[in-house]
Amino acid sequence: MEGAVPIEVRNLTMAYGEYVVQHDISFTVNRGEIFVIMGGNGCGKSTLMRSLIGLQRPAKGTVLYDGEDFWNVDETEHQRLKRRLGVMFQGGAMWSSLTLAENVALPLGEYTGLSSHLIDEIVSFKLALVGLAGFEDFYPAELSGGMRKRAGLARAMALDPDILIIDEPSSGLDPLTARHLDELILELRQNFGTTIVVISHELASILSICDDSVFLDAQTRTMIPTGNPKQALQSGDPRVRHFLTRGEA
Amino acid sequence: MPTDTDATAWRLTTSQPDPSTMEIAFSGRWCLDQQLPTPDDLASGLSGDISRLTFTTDLTAWDSAFLAYLSVMIKFCAGRGIEVEQEALPEGVRHLLAMAAAVPEQKIAGRGREHRGFLYRAGIASVEFFRGAPEMLRFLGEIIFSFGHLLTGRIHLRWRDLWWEVEEVGPRALLIVSVISFLVGLILAYLGADQLRMVGAQIFIADLVAIGMVREIGALMTGIIIAGRTGSAFAAKLGTMQVNEEIDAFKTLGISPIDFLVLPRIIALMLMVPLLTLYSGFVGMLAGLLISTTIFDIGLFEYYNETISALELKHFAVGLIKGSVYGAMVAYSGCLRGMQCGRSAEAVGEAATSAVVTSILLITISASILTILFYQLGI
Ligand SMILES: Nc1ncnc2c1ncn2[C@@H]1O[C@H](COP(=O)(O)OP(=O)(O)OP(=O)(O)O)[C@@H](O)[C@H]1O
Ligand SMILES: [Mg+2]
Repeated sequence: MEGAVPIEVRNLTMAYGEYVVQHDISFTVNRGEIFVIMGGNGCGKSTLMRSLIGLQRPAKGTVLYDGEDFWNVDETEHQRLKRRLGVMFQGGAMWSSLTLAENVALPLGEYTGLSSHLIDEIVSFKLALVGLAGFEDFYPAELSGGMRKRAGLARAMALDPDILIIDEPSSGLDPLTARHLDELILELRQNFGTTIVVISHELASILSICDDSVFLDAQTRTMIPTGNPKQALQSGDPRVRHFLTRGEA
Repeated sequence: MPTDTDATAWRLTTSQPDPSTMEIAFSGRWCLDQQLPTPDDLASGLSGDISRLTFTTDLTAWDSAFLAYLSVMIKFCAGRGIEVEQEALPEGVRHLLAMAAAVPEQKIAGRGREHRGFLYRAGIASVEFFRGAPEMLRFLGEIIFSFGHLLTGRIHLRWRDLWWEVEEVGPRALLIVSVISFLVGLILAYLGADQLRMVGAQIFIADLVAIGMVREIGALMTGIIIAGRTGSAFAAKLGTMQVNEEIDAFKTLGISPIDFLVLPRIIALMLMVPLLTLYSGFVGMLAGLLISTTIFDIGLFEYYNETISALELKHFAVGLIKGSVYGAMVAYSGCLRGMQCGRSAEAVGEAATSAVVTSILLITISASILTILFYQLGI
């Protein structure tokens, strides 16, 4: 599989029954790239993510990971591909009956043969990376929304996945924490070569981390390739500029 | 530098360049997918005169497993006043270690889970049950208040919710009520047949089944079925709304969740449970008739006439009143537990369980009170 791009999306159409959310979505994400999916509320970003992570079969089109057709491989291969993905959901999706430490430790216990002491240490380390050191024994219900979100990121990073898919990491976070998460994302890419897909509409965050991007347009229900958002802001499609400048351009 | 070693294995050697310094050499692959050593072994070797820890690295790959290993060592050294020199670690490792240390650990007092004995937990559970009594009364008060608002026309009933619940409790519960009532009627007939045969009065099976079903058992069985079916559903529904902050959203808008959510449910059950009680009584009597005529050789008309003469209007009234009270108890318990629900999936489960337990407890208590009351009143 050398040479194949880690993520390629071809002519994807996503729908809920008859209702087409987005059609003809195509993009590729290169190894170690930070790729941002932008778009207004309800344009289908989370739905696209569900197709990327195996929760919702697209109505049409293919998703390829390292050249393998994610939705048309056999079940064991599908599972193996899924295990390469680390996913953070928009609301954190922490398992409410487990403490934060147990939430992060669960994938490590399932998929590695490490000693429990080392697992505990990895868990504390991941929680510390997202700024939650000392909250190991808290239940998700005892955290604030922003903290829950960061805990979700810690769980997504548990297995040091090749590909990290993150739904709105910085919305709902204070500016300093949001910046800390941006730095963390850059650091992960730098050190582990992680390929990262971020769904976001926080302009500051997008500008500081993004290499390549697409914009999902709610009106035409399809995408506008936007490339590097710094350029898109200068000379991109007017609809994208309108969005990125909060309607001022 | 050794280049002929297996690149997929981890290697670890320690040396002491001078008596106060320990040097750890990491090489090979330090990743999550390997059986790495536990750091405790090495940490316990860091005793005696050692006051400085240094590293050398020749890694082919590393990830969080390596970071975790290092961070155990660093914490251990910090606890013993051993100085750690990180300069020789790869730059990325140092960055990530620094990031993890950037937000200081929160020391939260009184955390950590307690493990208590069975008796202790049983005791706490009972104490909490009684501690809940004032809250139960307050909730009752709020409901009565809300009823008052309804009667004085200050609020409007949500008909859509009411109908939805009526349908849920009525038609959809018919089958299970039929089955259980039929079987209970059958049991009563057998019980009566056995006892009454001794005095040669088997015909009184008809009285026993008719009065028993219409007055007491129809309402009791229906109450218990509705507690399991509907009481738990109320608690789960309201509990989930609590989890999603929907109840809070009502409160911030100044809309009473009692008016909006609880009242329609209580009214629905107070209307439907008596009807189901009546139905249950008839099904029970039908079972009695069937058993008596086929097994115990009582004539069809004989049984029918005996039943008619036994059934006075007051028995129906008692059954209907009981049904209505039990319905109110179930709705009250379900809504109470739902509104008290915590903010997690687990809490919703607990709310549903506790709704059924509370319903059955309240049904039993009110059954006793009503039975004594009706006896005293001679009804
Ligand atoms: N389960 C569902 N059934 C039917 N339609 C749905 C469902 N989930 C989402 N939709 C619709 O799909 C569209 C896209 O929703 P999606 O959650 O993907 O939006 P989004 O881009 O993630 O928005 P946001 O920025 O608010 O998170 C919306 O119009 C929504 O109404
Ligand atoms: Mg979304």
